[in-house]
Amino acid sequence: MASHLPPTSTPQHSQPASAGLAGEAHAPYRGLRRWLLTTNHKEIGTLYLVFSLSMFFIGGLFAMVIRAELFQPGLQLVRPEFFNQMTTMHGLIMVFGAVMPAFVGLANWMVPLQIGAPDMALPRLNNFSFWLLPVAFAILLATLVMPGGAPDFGWTFYAPLSTTYAPPSTTFFIFSLHLAGISSILGAINIIATILNLRAPGMRMMDMPLFVWTWLITAFLLIAVMPVLAGVITMMLLDINFGTSFFNAAGGGDPVLFQHLFWFFGHPEVYIMILPAFGIVSVIIPTFARKRLFGYASMVYATASIAILSFLVWAHHMFIVGLPLVAELFFMYSTMLIAVPTGVKVFNWVTTLFRGSISFEPPMLFALAFVVLFTIGGFSGLMLAIAPADFQYHDTYFVVAHFHYVLVPGAVFAIMAGVYYWLPKWTGHYPHLRLSQWHFWLSVIGVNLTFFPMHFAGLAGMPRRIPDYALQFADFNMVTSLGGFLFGASQLLFVVVVVRCVRGGERAPAKAWEGAEDLEWSLPSPAPLHTFETPPQVRPRES
Amino acid sequence: MRRLVWTASGAALAGLAPMVLANGWNMPVGVTDVSREIHSLHMTIFWICVVIGVIVFGAIFFSLFRYRHSRGHKAAHFHEHTAVEVVWTLIPLLILVAMAVPATATLKSMYDASDAELDVMITGQQWRWRYEYLGEDVAFLSNLATSREAIEGRQAKGEHYLLEVDEPLVLPTGRKVRLLLTSDDVVHSWWVPDLAVKQDAVPGFVNENWVEIDEPGVYRGQCAELCGRNHGFMPAVVRAVEPERFDAWLAERQAAASEAALGLDREWGMAELMEKGEAVYGTICASCHQPDGSGSPPAFPALAGNQALIDDRRRHIETVVNGVAGSAMPAFRGTLNAIELAAVITYERNAWGNDTGDVVQPSAIAERLAD
Repeated sequence: MASHLPPTSTPQHSQPASAGLAGEAHAPYRGLRRWLLTTNHKEIGTLYLVFSLSMFFIGGLFAMVIRAELFQPGLQLVRPEFFNQMTTMHGLIMVFGAVMPAFVGLANWMVPLQIGAPDMALPRLNNFSFWLLPVAFAILLATLVMPGGAPDFGWTFYAPLSTTYAPPSTTFFIFSLHLAGISSILGAINIIATILNLRAPGMRMMDMPLFVWTWLITAFLLIAVMPVLAGVITMMLLDINFGTSFFNAAGGGDPVLFQHLFWFFGHPEVYIMILPAFGIVSVIIPTFARKRLFGYASMVYATASIAILSFLVWAHHMFIVGLPLVAELFFMYSTMLIAVPTGVKVFNWVTTLFRGSISFEPPMLFALAFVVLFTIGGFSGLMLAIAPADFQYHDTYFVVAHFHYVLVPGAVFAIMAGVYYWLPKWTGHYPHLRLSQWHFWLSVIGVNLTFFPMHFAGLAGMPRRIPDYALQFADFNMVTSLGGFLFGASQLLFVVVVVRCVRGGERAPAKAWEGAEDLEWSLPSPAPLHTFETPPQVRPRES
Repeated sequence: MRRLVWTASGAALAGLAPMVLANGWNMPVGVTDVSREIHSLHMTIFWICVVIGVIVFGAIFFSLFRYRHSRGHKAAHFHEHTAVEVVWTLIPLLILVAMAVPATATLKSMYDASDAELDVMITGQQWRWRYEYLGEDVAFLSNLATSREAIEGRQAKGEHYLLEVDEPLVLPTGRKVRLLLTSDDVVHSWWVPDLAVKQDAVPGFVNENWVEIDEPGVYRGQCAELCGRNHGFMPAVVRAVEPERFDAWLAERQAAASEAALGLDREWGMAELMEKGEAVYGTICASCHQPDGSGSPPAFPALAGNQALIDDRRRHIETVVNGVAGSAMPAFRGTLNAIELAAVITYERNAWGNDTGDVVQPSAIAERLAD
């Protein structure tokens, strides 16, 4: 069986975890205390990933409620105010609870292994930044049972709907977002400190795997914009509880100021959710094409350009808010410009495939689907950048289709590709091949059935965030709902695959994939608790 | 066999394409110059994306079939080529410039609201639109006309389910109309796809857009910016008529408005105020405070059995007329006239067992408004 496997040498079993000095330094806690007090990057990485997966299912459950209500016209299952709570919580949980922590989890596990570091630079801070998250999201989820219900103003929480007109639970929402934001900032500081200080001797910046590079850039984005988010929600807090009027027009405030501040955070935020995905895919594609990544340097420069441009495009989310003409033009041009470095990335991936020696293991399937489907999201993004056309697209299901294409078969598929890719390193076993393939194909079909018809619904005139719709949108919505249920159910398979893989399965050697090049594959599988206690010697990447 | 599959799938695609591009799947062409320009921009960039997609996806799938490991293909070793990389940076840049030129021109004309013959003020309110013909003394509210029964599935849904209103915005064809948009509460967005007008209505700001409609007809859209519970139930409907019919309609509305003002002087009876009040309450207040006055606390307090309301008539009037600062309760002095205000306050003071017996006279409210 298992023709997908590379020819293996002798199976390498894990070394005893306590072999090194570090193993003796910590008394190994057991049970709950082990996880609560751990400062080990692998254990914290696992915590992040498990947390993210739980949030993915909770946010997914909210999406299922939305799709069930929208299955046909009319109000059947939920009241409009609860529907609004579902769309809001779905967005918040998926963005801040599922996608971002998943990338931080992958960074925790893989950045030290890919740069030959023994751990993250700031292990105790690492523990703290993880444990802020369960607290933050417990608070956020608790708002569902508070009087007046959970936040119901969309994940973009535009004032004054989120201030003067908001439910009382909004103050808890603000506190929760503050905690999640602190967690992100601390995590980003840790990642930067690790990458800049703990690289193995001989590894120059331009020798780092792209996953490390993209995360380094992402971490700078996080540090730059999370404080802006903190600022804007603090202004909300003051408006709600202390009588200020930042966003209250009746008191001389400016509701549009809210949108500028939010999107100054929000646009870099969407790149925070996609740059590490670029990194994962840039590591996986060369492995399974058995060919070096084409244009390594231009990939790094493209990532950096996207990051810099992300600060100059925020108002393309506000084309219809009444900006002056020059502002519309500036933001239209700057947004279109992002297509250039993004295009460079896609061309580089395609050229990496060209004349490679390609095989289709599960991580590669997800990475390839990422390239194709993310590009579709890129196309709709380019269309949305055309400001005059955006007067028709804005706030419709066309936008919903666009950002779900870049976030689900984009970010989420990249995360899954990463998980399938590194599971052998984490567990010492290959994920079950057949089940992984089923998971992939059901996900791809489900994701397209869900999100493709949304393009049509939006162009035909369906606004987003409505609990009920006119009859001409009925067919699109029914297909979308069916696709959504299929996609949601398929993710249970993912849990089955991961759990089976942790428990057992075909043993993986140190170099689990034939074409894999990076440092982590020099370690035994599963990677012992402490690795690279003596730094490895790295040969510079020849050019 | 293989050829058959290709032909069949080709035919299926060819059959699908016109269906996809037909109306109902695509952006409407619309009935204004701007809407047609936007549609053609949309189609241009769509086809550019299709061509790029065919090339990129073609290259991917070609590589996936041609260079498979299982076919024994050995990987080549190249991994850099400066010239190629420069070329595929520059070509997209040129394509983008080519797209930016017509987009800029369209945007400029969309921003030119000068020389309009008619000004209409559009005010968003949770959850209805208020239309005011500036300088013409005509203003009215436009509410969803779909019944609660149809929404909840107890009645068949009509053709224009959720896209029908009690009073549409009436506009003349062939005249340039300037639209001024603002809001009384949260941010709304007035959108009619066939007119290619979507503009946010922001409290404290007045936004500007314009429209010149070519063909008479009814054009339906809805609020596009999440504005609270009934965001999905806030249609924007425009009825475009020939200029002569529009002028006649406007004159009729002006006459009706001055007639309505006549009722201010006389003494109104409880029964007629209650009847009118119930109607106003149903269209304006019931969406928050519920038809039975039970409200939805904590945001929207109950009115039925509300002791503060029953005890303090002055405060009740003040609340309805001027709203409550820092809460979701808007001021209705600009939305309702004195008769409507008096009627709805009388209704609230006597319905659902509140039974205060108070009759609030329109003349008293008119004095209050004059202060």
